[in-house]
Amino acid sequence: MSMPFYVSPEQLMKDRADYARKGIARGRSVVVLQYDDGIAFATENPSRALHKISEIYDRIAFAAVGKYNEFENLRVAGVRYADLRGYSYDRVDVTARGLANAYAQTLGTVFTTESKPLEVELVVVEVGREPAGDQIYRLSYDGSVTDEHGWVVMGGQADRLAGLLEGGWRPGMTLAEVLALAVRVLGSAPDDAEPRTLGAGQLEVAVLDRTRPRRAFRRLTGALLEDVLGASTA
Amino acid sequence: MTSTASSAASGRLPHAFTTPGTSSFVEFLSGHAPELLPGNRPLPAGELAVPHATTIVALTFDGGVVMAGDRRATMGSMIASRHIEKVFPADEFSAVGIAGTAGLAIELVRLFQLELEHYEKIEGSLLSLDGKANRLATMIRGNLGLAMQGLAVVPLFGGYDLDRGVGRMFSYDVTGGRYEEQDHHAVGSGSVFARGSLKKRWRPGLDAAGAVRVAVEALVDAADDDSATGGPDRVRRIWPVVATVTESGYLRVPDDDLEAVAEAIETERRVGGAGAGEVGR
Repeated sequence: MSMPFYVSPEQLMKDRADYARKGIARGRSVVVLQYDDGIAFATENPSRALHKISEIYDRIAFAAVGKYNEFENLRVAGVRYADLRGYSYDRVDVTARGLANAYAQTLGTVFTTESKPLEVELVVVEVGREPAGDQIYRLSYDGSVTDEHGWVVMGGQADRLAGLLEGGWRPGMTLAEVLALAVRVLGSAPDDAEPRTLGAGQLEVAVLDRTRPRRAFRRLTGALLEDVLGASTA
Repeated sequence: MTSTASSAASGRLPHAFTTPGTSSFVEFLSGHAPELLPGNRPLPAGELAVPHATTIVALTFDGGVVMAGDRRATMGSMIASRHIEKVFPADEFSAVGIAGTAGLAIELVRLFQLELEHYEKIEGSLLSLDGKANRLATMIRGNLGLAMQGLAVVPLFGGYDLDRGVGRMFSYDVTGGRYEEQDHHAVGSGSVFARGSLKKRWRPGLDAAGAVRVAVEALVDAADDDSATGGPDRVRRIWPVVATVTESGYLRVPDDDLEAVAEAIETERRVGGAGAGEVGR
């Protein structure tokens, strides 16, 4: 039987982080883009039932990459957190910041105390009445939170896609424009490989529409999505 | 909110939040924070003087269901409120009206609305109309202890059945018994008079506007003979809450339309007025 060797805390954390990063990098990317009337989410996902993008509350949505069972568990926890808070206080008292903090604590605790970190990366988004009121929080597998502005990309090849979004996104774009950008970015290939053209059937797209009265979340599917995508190419 | 000691120490979401299984908010509450459930509070013995909500009527028409409630709440012989609302959207395709102890009923409606929305968010699909009606029955049953002490809640539930393409409605008793009603129904203190009115005025093949008219007329008749039901108040411009639920969802009838309907009914019934010579419709 071998002796247990001493492993420095730095090495231990690094190993866990590498493990989580590898798991996350295997998945397809999710992009989140602010537009004039709200915030759009898009990812390549042929499934109509297993979602990566979901509604949490009236004006809050959630997107995730990584292991499905792990982020699905966090999504359900988020819906319960938001509904319980809204029931105990009032609907306006449910905020993305509170939810992002709860997620950050959960991810951080699992990362340091459990044998395996969660292989997920999340975005918690709240749409405001004005573009200036939008909040986008990105949460990492180790519980770190960043407050993002304008756009976020997570998942496999996030760095390369971030470069493309950086050049393509500007404030005040329309929904058709940001979706065209999202489709171009998601379909792009590394190096000089031929880019793919993603159709409505391969995409999961949803928006938080700030003009809607109460529940701002809406999925764009089928003919509706084709219309919006068609409008952007015409 | 409560949380287990270990999870509170680290600040992470309590285990109840991440436990897979239920899509029901009520079940989650009963495990995690049972003190927030309406039926779970011990009450001192004795009579309580609390506001009571009164008459709700519902009827079907071609392509949907109409639900209407007057605006009065009473406490003994006193009027507790002139503008309480007793008809609510339960979700996009259903409405719930409440009679009985107003405070409990409104809390129950809030929980019921949340229950349906919670299920929809977690499962990604709507409950069937029968599923919704059964959830409400379970919640009423949970309130039986309070009902035995005189704090009963009696809802009327109506909605558009997306599978069958028709409007349907359900009544309940305090033990959670669920009964599907045909054509029309009324609950609350003025229901006896409202039912009489509905029986005479309802007919198959009504359109939405006709059904709204029949519903308001039933409330006017109930208010005529029941002191706990309030009729349309033209002085304060308080109109009943009337909602239609159809294929395109829950829609509250605007006040201007209700004013016109109330005025037409009044004109028709005024002694020596324009409608005095005509018979019925």
